Amino acid sequence: MEFVWLIFLPILAAIIVPFLYKSVKNVHTGWFVLIVPVALFLYYIRFVKSVLNGEVHISELPWIPSYDISFTAYIDGLSILFSLLITGIGSLVVLYSIFYLDKKREKLNNFYVYLLMFMTAMLGIVQSDNVISLYLFWELTSISSFLLIGYWFTKDRSRFGALKSMMITVFGGLMMLGGFVLLSIMGDSYSIRELIANAPSFIDHNYFTLAIILILLGAFTKSAQFPFYIWLPDAMEAPTPVSAYLHSATMVKAGLYLVARFTPVFASSEVWIWLVTGIGLLTLFWGSFFAVKQTDLKAILAFSTVSQLGLIMSLFGASAVAYHVSGENAAIFKVAAFAGIFHLINHAMFKGSLFMVAGIVDHETGTRDIRKLGGLMSIMPISFTVAFIGSMSMAGLPPFGGFLSKELFLTSMLSLNQFDLFNFNTWGILFPVIAWIASVFTFVYSFYFVFKTFGGKRAHNAIPKEPKEAPIGMLLSPVILAITVVAIFFIPNMVAKAFVKPAVVAMQTGLYTNPSDVDIHVSAWHGWQPELQMTLGIIVVGLVLFATMSCWQKIYRVQPEKLSLNTLYNGMMTFSEKGMNRLSRLYMTGLLRSYLMYMFISIVAITIIALFMQDAFKVDFSSFAPVNAYGLMTAIILIISVIMVIVAKTRLAAIIALGGVGYSVALFFVIYKAPDLALTQLVIETVSVALFLLAFRYLPEVKRHGETKGIRVGNFLIAAAVGITVTLVALSAHSQKLIPSISQYYKDTVFTEAAGGNIVNVILVDYRGFDTLFEIAVLAIAAIGVYSMIKLRLSRKEKSDESE
Amino acid sequence: MEFIMAIVIGVLFMAAVYLILSRSLLRVILGTGLLSHGAHLLILTMGGLGGTSPPVLADGVTDYADPLPQALILTAIVISFGVTAFMIVLFYRAYGEHKTDNMNLMKGNDEHD
Repeated sequence: MEFVWLIFLPILAAIIVPFLYKSVKNVHTGWFVLIVPVALFLYYIRFVKSVLNGEVHISELPWIPSYDISFTAYIDGLSILFSLLITGIGSLVVLYSIFYLDKKREKLNNFYVYLLMFMTAMLGIVQSDNVISLYLFWELTSISSFLLIGYWFTKDRSRFGALKSMMITVFGGLMMLGGFVLLSIMGDSYSIRELIANAPSFIDHNYFTLAIILILLGAFTKSAQFPFYIWLPDAMEAPTPVSAYLHSATMVKAGLYLVARFTPVFASSEVWIWLVTGIGLLTLFWGSFFAVKQTDLKAILAFSTVSQLGLIMSLFGASAVAYHVSGENAAIFKVAAFAGIFHLINHAMFKGSLFMVAGIVDHETGTRDIRKLGGLMSIMPISFTVAFIGSMSMAGLPPFGGFLSKELFLTSMLSLNQFDLFNFNTWGILFPVIAWIASVFTFVYSFYFVFKTFGGKRAHNAIPKEPKEAPIGMLLSPVILAITVVAIFFIPNMVAKAFVKPAVVAMQTGLYTNPSDVDIHVSAWHGWQPELQMTLGIIVVGLVLFATMSCWQKIYRVQPEKLSLNTLYNGMMTFSEKGMNRLSRLYMTGLLRSYLMYMFISIVAITIIALFMQDAFKVDFSSFAPVNAYGLMTAIILIISVIMVIVAKTRLAAIIALGGVGYSVALFFVIYKAPDLALTQLVIETVSVALFLLAFRYLPEVKRHGETKGIRVGNFLIAAAVGITVTLVALSAHSQKLIPSISQYYKDTVFTEAAGGNIVNVILVDYRGFDTLFEIAVLAIAAIGVYSMIKLRLSRKEKSDESE
Repeated sequence: MEFIMAIVIGVLFMAAVYLILSRSLLRVILGTGLLSHGAHLLILTMGGLGGTSPPVLADGVTDYADPLPQALILTAIVISFGVTAFMIVLFYRAYGEHKTDNMNLMKGNDEHD
């Protein structure tokens, strides 16, 4: 079967969701939706076995073959891992949402349509081999994220958050598109596989660094890296299932996916390594530091997500180092890619469960403010257990999956110190130091999250609702995730074999050929190593900081509100909104004259430039017909009539002059052997003049309405320019015939094909009969318009007239 | 002859544009009338003004005028009549509602901002 179609399964299922919602009122719509991710998960898991043996699967659906654009589903270790995360976590999130969102109060039809749309978009990103379709899916995630954040659209904060995420991620997406275009110019292909294969031939290209920066802008905005992370905390206005799914487990990982996918192309670049590792590490520190400041449960998780994404990003950056080292020392640098992928899996598990717990707390107590919460441990024991497991995994403690990947992370950061290219031996020491500091704060906010919510004393008055444990259905998903978190600690090498190693091979093509070549064994105990010492240090310092939190939390007030990135964003938004408004007011005057002037000037400019740039202006005097005395006289009469129309002081004179012009045109038709035209023109002109006279009885005199001399001269100049342009076009058009006219065909076949003698008539009613039919339709529409304008009155207008 | 026609067309377009840009709605409508005349003659001239007899089959005649521009113009004449009629009534109605034909006063208001 062509599995590329499966990418579109969710969005196709979304079509029937509203109908199900309307017709089956008793059953929560989520139950139907749940089928989709579960089915997809079961389908994709079948690929795991063949992928871990090093196989890849390709399925192609041509889209625009002439431009070499197609939907190509490419399944290798990286895409299968992401596809399973998307469908697996997707299933759990849908299950959770069934209990989280009330079927009576919420607009479930909208919610699930957006969610399914997102699923398609996300699967499209991770499976697309074609950069153009990847970009399309990428923007589709931004749009569905926008819709989901703004799901409770009556709240101002929701709309603000939705817009903010859209502005930032779509900006990044457009930059990324630019990067893709540059890549496709350099690598002469839209296919990622081919670009990777061609990469060595274009690393010295002038656009190479620019392409890196543009593509990283896309990745950094999507994955909420510094300084673009500011959209993520505001995106927490979305319903919690959405936060758990889009804003921690999947969508924000699209940027990481992009970096991983393009590592083989860009790994050779120093800029790439420094930017990805540096920004990642900065984000790691920044996010963890500011997470402690937050008071909203979801805001803490949002900042911790930012920080953890930074951690994975820095590992992906460090993984590129492996391309520059060979021989015996190489092994240590290969840990980074493995650690990154491994932590990505761990993070999806523990952060998903933590978000769901935050949702449960919100749902059951009515508040997410950590200052009001406390002492929930005895009331919500299951939620507490899940939160505890998730947080400890996040803090990097055994026996949870997070411990293992955290150790590997420290190993990779320590290894950077030994890398002796690109100034790493001077600055490399900074990496483990920053990583350590950030890990201390990670430890602190993990404890802060779980113990301030569940530990301590209960503040009875502060909580809006009497808290109780959540229903079993709501707990099911977080419990499953928490069990996975623990399980990963005990079977890390099975997870590594099935998911991590194939993904590492896909990410570091060229370094390995088969997943079994990745020679990394994960173990919880690996001796008294620097990593373990660092972890112990983190625990000790972290505990001290956590205990003394109230003393040092004041330092967050040092940063003035005016200097934050959010203020910058708001300022930019207001500025662009006001600036654009002012700009458009500048030229959108509401005056017909202004708009027509823009049009006429553009027409003249474009035509004249094209005419002379293309060297199209030619006059061929030899093809001209001889000057005809009648023609000359008619021309003079016509020009005099035209002047009279302009200078006429009364409307009657103007109408008569206009009639004069019309009759002269009819005379031209006679002279140029067009009897049908002449007849029609005479009839029409007569009727027109009659019509004008009829209507003008009710109309005002010709007035100039105070047009100054300047305006008139301006009008005259534009008019003259248009006149000259048209004259030049008329001459050139007559003098050169690029393709033979179809007229000869009409002349030849008019009798044999259409059995008529009057060629013009036959063309109208026979060869181009539909044209004439539509012409009649146009006249009918005009007639209806005329009738309604004379007869109909707006009822509102009538009322106000009566009241006067 | 084409050269003279090209100038006539230019004059028609120029006058039409000049009238369309003015403030009086009446002159705008007169301008559109001139514009369509100009367009018709432009099509005719582009096709060529040669041909010694009208495009009606007759024995012994080979040099017909080009029928294609004529067919196009015939359609255009009728359409431009429809447009002119519509414009006149639009003007009539607008004048009835607003009591002015000054384009500067008919630019709408800022209510929709």
